[in-house]
Amino acid sequence: MQVTRRQFFRICAAGVGSSSLAALGFAPGEALAEVRAFKLARATETRNTCPYCSVGCGLLMYSLGDTSKNVRGRIFHIEGDPDHPVNRGTLCPKGAGLLDFVQSPNRLQHPEYRAPGSKAWTRISWDEAFDRIARLMKDDRDANFIARNAKGETVNRWTSTGFLAASASSNETGYLTHKVVRSMGVLGFDNQARV
Amino acid sequence: MALQSLDIKARSATTTQPPAARDPLHVAKLIDISKCIGCKACQVACMEWNDLRDEVGTNAGIYDNPRDLTDQSWTVMRYSEVEVQQGRLEWLIRKDGCMHCEDPGCLKACPAPGAIVQYVNGIVDFHEEHCIGCGYCITGCPFNVPRISKKDSKAYKCTLCSDRVAVGREPACVKTCPTGAIVFGSKRDMIEHAEGRIADLKARGYANAGLYNPEGVGGTHVMYVLQHADQPELYAGLPKDPHISPLVGLWKGITKPLMSLGIGLAVFAGFFHYVTAGPKEVEDEKVD
Repeated sequence: MQVTRRQFFRICAAGVGSSSLAALGFAPGEALAEVRAFKLARATETRNTCPYCSVGCGLLMYSLGDTSKNVRGRIFHIEGDPDHPVNRGTLCPKGAGLLDFVQSPNRLQHPEYRAPGSKAWTRISWDEAFDRIARLMKDDRDANFIARNAKGETVNRWTSTGFLAASASSNETGYLTHKVVRSMGVLGFDNQARV
Repeated sequence: MALQSLDIKARSATTTQPPAARDPLHVAKLIDISKCIGCKACQVACMEWNDLRDEVGTNAGIYDNPRDLTDQSWTVMRYSEVEVQQGRLEWLIRKDGCMHCEDPGCLKACPAPGAIVQYVNGIVDFHEEHCIGCGYCITGCPFNVPRISKKDSKAYKCTLCSDRVAVGREPACVKTCPTGAIVFGSKRDMIEHAEGRIADLKARGYANAGLYNPEGVGGTHVMYVLQHADQPELYAGLPKDPHISPLVGLWKGITKPLMSLGIGLAVFAGFFHYVTAGPKEVEDEKVD
């Protein structure tokens, strides 16, 4: 292709002019728009049960990463489990807001102990907590256990200690909880299923 | 049905037609006010999914919280205590939010190219990266829905969870609703579902039960089943015959071409003056 000197100047001028116009924002806009990326696409999905009331709705918890060794998972979205017969995907406002409950800075994450008369809570280990609870239960049971009533009938009651259990647990857990508590003679036994 | 350029039906401030080469399912959300218990699970699920957190408000003595839609609260429950007949008090609870009009006033009023798009499935979506924060969408909206953020001065509203719908899921509010007052599906199926509900309500003594799918905005992709469809104003001022403000039509219809004509005339007059009278010549001031 033969380009004369004059044509070459014209091409240059046209090129500079059009690129200047484009730089000034006169380029035709692309009719492009894409929705926000679906944030759960490859997140790890974990099933669980809502911790609040005794309805026990099924949850799907979505966490960061694919559970690889070098990834620290963190829950970033929770919604109802469509396969759960109780709620079939729905959640009440408390359940729908569970993410902020899980990630709350005020959430209790370790056993803590407050001595009588003290205002301060101190963190203790699980072993310390279990030992202390077992020790106090044993002492109280030894002191207050009622083996026989006034008529001399065997009753095996332990009325000075009560037990509160969770409702959002499986049938098997409920069965075991019941067996453990009743076998110690505890009468004051309830759970949040009545909430 | 990933929503991309081929699925755009209308685009703000754009005169060329978008491709709209495909015609997927027309979706709709149906809100059955007679089934709503006002639990606000939809409000919570909306915030959770869209990563929004509104300020913790104060109690104003009524259940409405927050009191109004905000850039962080894309849906709010509005509670109305209404004495429909003498001695018959009714508590009407309406989930307010974007109606996703077939003829969206916000899109018509918007001067920023591509800041508001309407997908062929019916969803009207805001693209904040193109938003210039002028607030015309609020003027254009017959339902007073969009809100400008104080943080970034851009307009926000319900997206009908376009990101969820694009991958074949229902919006977050629909999924969470414990009473099934919010349902989601194709627009045809939702109208059919509403007909069943209306027949049921009529049999229960709500003679004026009906579907709210106003024709003034070409129908909506968020519809209500109302117990008193003859008086939508009872439901916290739901407009009876919503339509796009005539100002929007005036601005986009006559004002713009008139203005272009005015500029053209000014240029032409200038050129004509130059040809007939020649350039203005300033005589050099003589310095003594």
